[in-house]
This record gives sequence, structure tokens and C-alpha cells, in this order.
Amino acid sequence: MTAAAVASRRAQARGPFLERNFKYLIVAPAILVLLLVGLFPLIYSAVVSFQGIGMIDQDTSFQGLLNYKALFRDARLWESLAHTLIFTAVALPIELALGLLLAHLFLEKLPGRALFIALLTLPTMISPIVSGATWRLLFDHHFGPINQIIAWFAGHQVPIIWIVNPNTVYPAILICEIWQWTPFMFLILLAALSNVDKSLLEAAELDGAPYRTVFRRIVLPAIWPVMSVALMIRGLELMRLFDIIWALTRGGPGTMTETVSIYTYVQGFEQFEISYTAAIAFLVIILLTAVVMWLLKRMEIAR
Amino acid sequence: MMSRRATTRLGLRYAAVIAVLLVFLFPIYWLFIISFKTPDEIFAFPPVWWPANIQFANYAVLFKDGDVIVVWNSLVIAGCSTVLAMFFGTICAYSLVRFRTGGDDLAIWIISQRMMPPIVIVFPVFLLYVWLGAVDTYWGLILLYTAFNLPYVIWMMRGYIADIPIELEESALVDGCSRWQVLTGVVFPMARAGLFATAVFTFVFAWNDFIFALVLTRTEVLTYPVQVTHYFGGQSNFWAKIAAMSVLGTVPVFVAVAMLQRYLVRGISMGAVKG
Repeated sequence: MTAAAVASRRAQARGPFLERNFKYLIVAPAILVLLLVGLFPLIYSAVVSFQGIGMIDQDTSFQGLLNYKALFRDARLWESLAHTLIFTAVALPIELALGLLLAHLFLEKLPGRALFIALLTLPTMISPIVSGATWRLLFDHHFGPINQIIAWFAGHQVPIIWIVNPNTVYPAILICEIWQWTPFMFLILLAALSNVDKSLLEAAELDGAPYRTVFRRIVLPAIWPVMSVALMIRGLELMRLFDIIWALTRGGPGTMTETVSIYTYVQGFEQFEISYTAAIAFLVIILLTAVVMWLLKRMEIAR
Repeated sequence: MMSRRATTRLGLRYAAVIAVLLVFLFPIYWLFIISFKTPDEIFAFPPVWWPANIQFANYAVLFKDGDVIVVWNSLVIAGCSTVLAMFFGTICAYSLVRFRTGGDDLAIWIISQRMMPPIVIVFPVFLLYVWLGAVDTYWGLILLYTAFNLPYVIWMMRGYIADIPIELEESALVDGCSRWQVLTGVVFPMARAGLFATAVFTFVFAWNDFIFALVLTRTEVLTYPVQVTHYFGGQSNFWAKIAAMSVLGTVPVFVAVAMLQRYLVRGISMGAVKG
């Protein structure tokens, strides 16, 4: 048999193999990347969380649940979790309410509507670190425009030191967060509202039902599937809140605005408490998984 | 003819829309306008709402100091990871849709990879990268962004691919095309709109990321959001640099969004519907 014939027979044999396993071969690269970057490091850090690796001590012996026990006595960790929950609990309803209002405002036809919608989405497209930086410029107590605008209304200069004063730092962060992500809510809700059956709305209007009732009985049930997923996406993102606060306050003043993401970063990359940080990471994973499972069940997002 | 009531209603709606736009666009205006001000105007009290003359010195400094390289770094990293995530994600999604490979379990496992906070992912990845020598390299960040965006791409493309009529693929197979030719000749072109929309978001995620880049870069492959935070504090003219660098990093995204705007609403709402 000539070499060419062997090669051709090999090619024939390879053909059916590729065809037969095609569905696995095209899934493989994605799964391999996810395993390498997702699963493998997770297992490795699970091991690390049972050791005693820190900046000073490179102890790789098995420490049992030592790090996990320490978590429960770490007041700063629980405070950072509380801060995270507060930011989520305040920002999420406001973003939803504002998003709904804006979606109603843009629902009907209006000359220039497409351009207005495009302009309104710009804040969402900006890097969160840049929007944090932008609001830092806006909030500056001396050279920023916000105190100046307040001064016009108040009739005298106001010396609010937004991101340093404990009373104003929360509103400052929330304003930035809400400014950036309300347009995201708005876009999703606008798409959902546009798909609500118009004939039902018109029939209800003819019956003289007030919009309150129409919204509760017809609109809300219709947009609920999309709205619930939007709430979950934003809720999860708020639980990870990092960039905006990093740019505005770095968790300060003191540790007043430290979220669990920022605290984890500080422990891992500034204090180099490697094993302890791995334990925090697993606590967060367990808490978030529990919350997500609960939400998925509650909202009955059927697939 | 519009009735007077309808005209008033339209007028009121316009007023409300303009007011909303003013509030939401003012911060962006402020960022842009600061980047064109002189130091005197930036540190003027009361604030200067419109500079006497637009000047580009703040940008010139970034180019002169070579800081602008971070925009190039961001472009390379976000661009490469978008191409990789789109390609591997789309072929994976095709298998999930057409062959139901791995059933619902595999699909749910894939999306669950995207639910964890980045800090929780990046910490073990950092340990892995130290071991692999991938910290502060292009490929390290490209690999991470590819992995991070894959679940999103797979779930988005699942929806778009499911919309393609299966008869088109079947007739191509009957005509003697291989599965691979069906994929490149029928599926990719048919899902073009979906590919664009998904690619824009994938690119924007990678372009805007801060926390992965903060942890996994040192000096060589800094991306622009990390560079922006380097201007906080210290230097006397840091505001000019913050603003100019932020604008340099934001304009490309705005341009991409403007060009692909017609795909985006569907892209965002699909993401919400399909999870």
C-alpha cells in the first residue's frame, strides 16, 4: 500500500470519528476553560482554607476548621456583610421603582424616542470604576458642582464633605450606584412592558378601571417573569458591590462602607491572610448559593 | 389635528424626558468637560460650568507619559477574550441546543459559574496564576475574561440558535455538508444579529472590569480602569488625568454601542428572559 493510500484511509477513518463525536468536541473547549478557571482553583482554595497560610506563617499543615471558627468571631466580616445587605436592600427597590417610572415615560411613541433611549443607557455602559471616579469629581466638597447646586437652592454655601462624612457617605454611594444601574432596569422593563397585550389594556381602560388596578391585575403579572429575573441579576450584582465603593471611599471612612467584597480583598491582597481569605470566600459562596436557591424556588422561574 | 389636551400631554412628556436626560447625562458631561479644562479652571471656586477655551493638554500628558498604553492593553485583552468566548461559547451553545448535550444539568452548571462574586473567583485564580506564572501577562487576563464571559455567551446564543429553523440545517446536511460546514455556513450567518449583540456585551464586560485586572496585573498589562485608580490622591493634577483617562476608556464603548444600538435592547432583554 502506498503512503498516500494509507493517509487517505486514515482521513476516512478520522471523518466518521469527528462526525460521530461532533457534539462533544464542540462542547469540550468551553467546558475545559470553565473547569480550569472555575472548578480547579476552587478545589485548590478549599484545600488552602484548611491550612494556615498567612503573611508571616506559611503553615501548610491541616488546621481543621480553625479558619472557619475564626469567621464567627470576626466582627468586621459580619459588619461588611451587613453593609452589603443594606446597600442591596436600599438600592434595589429604588432602581426598580425608578426603572418602572422611566419605562412608562418612554413607553408611548414620542418623536426622537430611540435617540433618547440610547442616551439614557449611557451610564450603564461606563466602567463602574469610572462612574465612581466621576461621582468623586461631582461630590468634591469644594470644586464639585453638587454642593454648588445645593447652594443655589439653599441660598448659601454648603460645606458637605460627601465621602468623608459618615452621614452622607451612604447616600453618596447609593446615588452613584442608582445612577449607573437604573437605566439597566429601565431597558429591561421597557422591553417587558412593550410586550404586554395592548388589547387587554384597552379593554380595561374602557371599563374605566384606574391604572393602579390595571397595573396590579394585568401589567404586573405579564411583566413578572422578566422583572423577577432583572431583580435577581441586579440583586446578585449588588451583593458583589466593589468597584464603585473602591473608587469613592475604599470602604472608608474607617470601615463604614466596607462591603464583603472589599473586606475579602483587604484580607487577601493587603493583609495576605491567604487561608483565612479562602475561608471567607467559601462562606460567601455558601451564603450566596443558599440565597439564590431560595430565590429561584420562591420566584418559580420555570424552565 | 391633535386636540389641545393631547398637545399639552405631549409637552409635559417632553419636559419630563428632558429633565430625566439632564439628570442622567450631567455626570457624563462633567467628566468630559473636566478633561478639557486647564488646572486653574478645574480648581476654580465656584466650579466652572463651561471652560473658556477647550484644550487638549490633559490628553497630551497621557500620551507624553506613555500612560495611554493601558488603553491598548485593554483593547488587546478585551478584544481577544471576546473573540475566544464568542467562538467557543457559540459552538458549545449549538451542541446544547441541537443535541441537548448534557441535558439541563450541564446548562445550569454553566450558568452557575457566573453567579459567584468576582472577588471569590479571583482569589483562588490568583493562587493558580502565581503557580502558573500567569500574573501580569496578557494571556492570563484573556483566559480569565474568556472563562468569565463563556456562561453569558452560551446562554445568550442558546436563545438565538434555538430561533434558527432546523430545516435549513437539515437541507444543508442532505446536500452533503459536514456538521462543521453547517455550523460555519448556516448557523453563524443566521445568528449574526445575536452574535453582534452578545459580542458587544462580552466586550463591554471585559473592557469595564476592574477587580480581576486589579488583582492579576502589576505593571506590564495594566488596563485602563486600574490606571484610573492610580491617579487617586497624591499628584496635584490628578483630576485632569482621571477625567482624560476615563474619557479615553469610555468613548470606544459609546461608539460601539451607538453603532450596534439596534441590537442592544433585544440583547439586554434576551439576557433577562433567558437568565
